[in-house]
Amino acid sequence: MALLQIAEPDASPAPHARKRAIGIDLGTTNSLVATVRHGLAVVLPDAEGRPLVPSIVRYGENGVVTGYAAMAKQASDPHNTIVSAKRLMGRGLADLDGDRRFPYRFVDTPGMVRIGTRAGVKSPVEVSSDLLRALRERAEASLGGAIDGAVVTVPAYFDEAQRQATKDAARLAGLPVLRLLNEPTAAAIAYGLDNAAEGIYAVYDLGGGTFDISILRLAKGVFEVLATNGDTALGGDDFDHRVFCWIIEAAHLPPPSASDARLLLVKARTAKEQLTLHDETAIVASLSDGTPVDLVLTRTTLTGITANLVAKTLQPIKRALRDAKLAATDVKGVVLVGGATRMPQVRRAVAELFGQPPLTNLDPDEVVALGAAIQANKLVGNRDDEDWLLLDVTPLSLGLETMGGLVEKVVPRNSTIPVARAQEFTTFKDGQSAMAIHVVQGEREKVADCRSLARFELRGIPPMAAGAARIRVTFAVDADGLLDVSAREETSGVAAHVSVKPSYGLTDGEIARMLQESFAHAADDMRARALAEEQVEADRIVEATRSALAADGDLVDADERARIDAALAEVARLRAGDDHTALRAANAQLNRATEPLAARRMDRGVQRALTGRRVDALSD
Amino acid sequence: MAVTLTSAAAKHVSAFLAKRGKGTGLRLGVRTTGCSGLAYKLEYVDETRPEDVTFVSHGITVVIDPKSLPYIDGTELDFAREGLNEGFKFNNPNVKDACGCGESFSV
Repeated sequence: MALLQIAEPDASPAPHARKRAIGIDLGTTNSLVATVRHGLAVVLPDAEGRPLVPSIVRYGENGVVTGYAAMAKQASDPHNTIVSAKRLMGRGLADLDGDRRFPYRFVDTPGMVRIGTRAGVKSPVEVSSDLLRALRERAEASLGGAIDGAVVTVPAYFDEAQRQATKDAARLAGLPVLRLLNEPTAAAIAYGLDNAAEGIYAVYDLGGGTFDISILRLAKGVFEVLATNGDTALGGDDFDHRVFCWIIEAAHLPPPSASDARLLLVKARTAKEQLTLHDETAIVASLSDGTPVDLVLTRTTLTGITANLVAKTLQPIKRALRDAKLAATDVKGVVLVGGATRMPQVRRAVAELFGQPPLTNLDPDEVVALGAAIQANKLVGNRDDEDWLLLDVTPLSLGLETMGGLVEKVVPRNSTIPVARAQEFTTFKDGQSAMAIHVVQGEREKVADCRSLARFELRGIPPMAAGAARIRVTFAVDADGLLDVSAREETSGVAAHVSVKPSYGLTDGEIARMLQESFAHAADDMRARALAEEQVEADRIVEATRSALAADGDLVDADERARIDAALAEVARLRAGDDHTALRAANAQLNRATEPLAARRMDRGVQRALTGRRVDALSD
Repeated sequence: MAVTLTSAAAKHVSAFLAKRGKGTGLRLGVRTTGCSGLAYKLEYVDETRPEDVTFVSHGITVVIDPKSLPYIDGTELDFAREGLNEGFKFNNPNVKDACGCGESFSV
């Protein structure tokens, strides 16, 4: 018979009505799957009771293996054993330039990078989907049936390409994705901060190989990511390495062989973990040549040799707070994520910086997956007592290119998603039959300084005078932060649209840089925008003047023609410069010079329309 | 008669209650629904009602509404694992027929 779960009071589900919902923390080093059982979020362990799955996929002689089984072959079969696929999600080979950490046979394909393996060429999406499939199978075995809905977490700084790649991987793994959720937001949910008082929260995430700090603001049940920062090459592994170096020095060992180094690294890691609970620990090993190692490492020594690693995490925190224009004392609560945050010296440093002890009662390895499970449980409808949904925000502004290489922001940064915003645009030239729509992401005013996401064309606009067409461009961002842009000419109904699946994405460093540049260049950007606007205006007036002179040149006498030509020349001269105030004056001058001509053209037009027609025929 | 928990079930209920941070016990009951007519209720107790019948088994307060009691009197609630899956099982002597999945039953 079925195994039943305890429900909240008066919330027992009807038979067969309980939905199986899971949350997945798809990590760089380790992944987890969690669910809500008996009203409590729990991580689902494997048959041996291990909650973590190493994020490793091996394409072996006899098929695909994942997790610990794949990890065992990491050293002997590095080309076919893929670790840290998350670092490659949504990335092109050019994005990885200079990054020599990867021992893979990269295949240079347009768009996302691919890896040559025994099982053929694999994209990071496929590798991640193999990992997600293993997690799905574990969840199905644990919950006794097919999964109804999953929430998968992604770093807050993931851009559209990386989010889309993650979602594709989940779908490929046969997971019904309810939505993607930012990792720091998930951690905050696990601590129930979404039910807490509004305010600023910090999420300090020190994983195996990466460090992330996120500053969140909770307002009306919505977590807004105010700032993110971090170090993509700093994590618990670096602490292990420090202990490893200390062992070599303290035991006066020569440079160890590869297998001895692996043994000592394992001992180093164990010692580090022991010192979280104890004041000192013994490190005992016997190397391959029989050399004995017998040392005692104290917590004080560990704190000393890793002090600069801890200090390295504090700089990004200060930068993130500065970006968010906040002081450490503005932060209402600090959440710790990642196994490395168990170390007492890390907790102490965080407590000192923020002037308060961090939240630590949940397992820092599990907290992101638990938050995702709570969210999935709500989204799938198991908790109909709570009618609100937690929302996320867009990390960077989304907009499109307008004349002069300027960005018109349609969806501003930090808009809560899902969101749809529409804006009307018009044609620039008489008879213009198509409009190119260039979708960009970023905070700067000029297209060249933002990131290009997609381009498409709206064709078949009926011939009209410049400015007569009404083109409505709609930006829709779904709950996962994925963008759909559509354009529609309102009078004729012609439409076109694009789903943004850019070929590859931004690094977290780039996002941080783009944000910072937008602050640093605010004044330059304002001038550049003013200049570009005047240049567009200049082009418009020159175009209009030329077509007027071509059509009705006989209406101007030589004097007037000379004045207009002089004004045209002055506009052309200043159009090439960078003084927007002078150009604005020249534009105005040309406008004035052509006013009499415009008036006479109007008269002639009216006359033409009236000639030979009876008054009563015009009365309607 | 009475309704009881196995010691395994009691241990888990007590752990869940502690983690949940509130609740005074476990409510068992039935309601008329499902493919075979009746379905079990298994819920945390935050408030008892005046008409509720209570038992104490292995230190856990078990609360049952009087209308449900005849259908589940004599039941022993067990905690079981089936592979990676885990949950509670009603060993109910009154059941004549259950649907294939066991989520609903008739007496």
